Amino acid sequence: MTDANSSLSNLDLETPEKPFLDANELVINMGPQHPATHGVLRVILRLDGEKVLGLECVIGYLHRGVEKIGEHRTYTMFNPYVDRMDYVAAVSNGLGYCETVEKLLNVEAPPRAQHVRVILTELNRIASHQLWLGTHALDIGAITPLFYTFRDREEILKIYEKYCGARLTTHAFRIGGLQYETYAGFEKDVKNFLNFFRPKIDEYEELLTTNRIWLERTKNIGRISAADCIALGVTGPVLRASGVKWDLRKAQPYANYKNFDFDIPTGLNGDTYDRYLVRMAEMRQSVRIIEQAVDALPEGPIIAKVPKVMKPAAGEVYHSIEAPKGELGYFIVSDGSTQPYRVRVRPPSFVNLQALDVMCRGQLMADVIAVIGTLDIVLGEVDR
Amino acid sequence: MPDDIKSPSSPPPEGEPKPTADKPAAPSGVKATASGSVQADVKTPPEKDKASPATAPVPPKPAAAAPATPQATKPAAAPAKPAAPAPTPWDSPMVAKLKAGYGSGVEPLTYAGQNYMIVDRSLIPEILQVLRNEDQFDYCVDITAVHYPQREKQFDVIWVLYSFARNERIRVKTQILDGESLPSSVPIWATANWLEREVYDMFGIKFDGHPDLKRILLPDGWKGYPLRKDYGILQQDNEWVQINLGIESGQ
Repeated sequence: MTDANSSLSNLDLETPEKPFLDANELVINMGPQHPATHGVLRVILRLDGEKVLGLECVIGYLHRGVEKIGEHRTYTMFNPYVDRMDYVAAVSNGLGYCETVEKLLNVEAPPRAQHVRVILTELNRIASHQLWLGTHALDIGAITPLFYTFRDREEILKIYEKYCGARLTTHAFRIGGLQYETYAGFEKDVKNFLNFFRPKIDEYEELLTTNRIWLERTKNIGRISAADCIALGVTGPVLRASGVKWDLRKAQPYANYKNFDFDIPTGLNGDTYDRYLVRMAEMRQSVRIIEQAVDALPEGPIIAKVPKVMKPAAGEVYHSIEAPKGELGYFIVSDGSTQPYRVRVRPPSFVNLQALDVMCRGQLMADVIAVIGTLDIVLGEVDR
Repeated sequence: MPDDIKSPSSPPPEGEPKPTADKPAAPSGVKATASGSVQADVKTPPEKDKASPATAPVPPKPAAAAPATPQATKPAAAPAKPAAPAPTPWDSPMVAKLKAGYGSGVEPLTYAGQNYMIVDRSLIPEILQVLRNEDQFDYCVDITAVHYPQREKQFDVIWVLYSFARNERIRVKTQILDGESLPSSVPIWATANWLEREVYDMFGIKFDGHPDLKRILLPDGWKGYPLRKDYGILQQDNEWVQINLGIESGQ
């Protein structure tokens, strides 16, 4: 624990000269084994009574060296690995990776593949938000939403299972398009899910949106301003809840998002409650996108002409997508061989987690749990 | 026989593209199959009177050239592909302004529709500051590095920047020596804190003025920088593993 103390001494930027641990300060260690840290996150809290003076995250417990592995696998072989970063939104990870390599190869997935990609990715956004809602509410003390959201998320996982055989780490996309044609009845299944799911969002909202305990635990908790979000590189629903109307699907459209009509929900206060509202609204928007994509699903090939042995021309490409958690970027350097020379993943959870300190200062210790939940981090992606 | 015919008939149109491809073996092989089928019926008779081909081969010539050149350009295009997507200069008012201010220290380029600039190491804090303050690149998306052990300047350090106001994404790249440090950009973008720590953790590149430069993903006492090319994929800090985990090896 001595290393923790020495690192903590630089934490409080305003009073660097202050001797560590005066009579009013208490240091509490939280995690890495803690049910509310959504994985193995260790947080060292500096408290004055119950008030948080500052905190420091200790991460890396799930570090598997994904970027190093990428340098030792071919472009195709690395594809399943990216699913294991944000394992609750594996489809988004795959989309970002495939599109980046497609950029390097200068190929584009055919329209049908693009549509199926959008459908599966938006389903994944819903599934990710459902998991977030269930666990976040559970952390705060509302147990029921967890059962509701997991019950409904199951329907999405069933569609994945029917489509590609896997439920979580789907490896649904291939470089250049898709490996599998949709199964018979795919469109019907998706439409059935949408009809099933629309009233479920209302059900979640009935449980929470006007619930007095929920309001007390989330309103004005973990506030962050738009300026702080931008300075800290925070993206995704957290940024939008602070009032910045920015979504990569609109700002720099990828896949074929420009063909679909949807809104970007934003919040006003940048607190935990607004982030909750933004994510609920995003699920409704995802339903809208999926509906349009299913109705307009074109016929045609599902994979572009890509070489069996992929040797992208030497060069570098950065490409990013709007993952459920924020901007997920891939920076790939090719040296013209079959393996990437360097794969860099810009994980949204990692960057967003950095804001935890700013968001928790001045809050009560019990609210740290709420703020970790509202950031919607996945430690598999933070640590890679 | 057909080979003889093709070589006189096809070289004129193909003579020019071939030297660039620098692969005489492959194109000639292609010709043999491609033009052989087309020419076989027409040319075998006129071949015998080589004195008068001027009139006879004229019709087969374009016919032979037509199928031969697409066939020839295809193999020519395959090796040409790596050369085709080369970085091209990037021109914009912002870049022109930077160029005017810093001259040869800034080399703006475009590759695959993405803009980036290679900046001299000495300009690094200044140019990032200018991009942030004057050109509204207020969001530092990512900071990362790439290791090229064969080069004298072993590391590329890359900043991915985005501007909300301009909806524009650029990359700034600089090259540094092994052991050379860079000024920290935490004063410019707060998000650089963890991103620089990760670059330090993985590559051992130090950032001067960073408020708390220490390892982030690996444990504090770890030796070695895993994303350097000389660090093996199975390599680990055995000493650390033995002391801290009490096992011989993590493998």
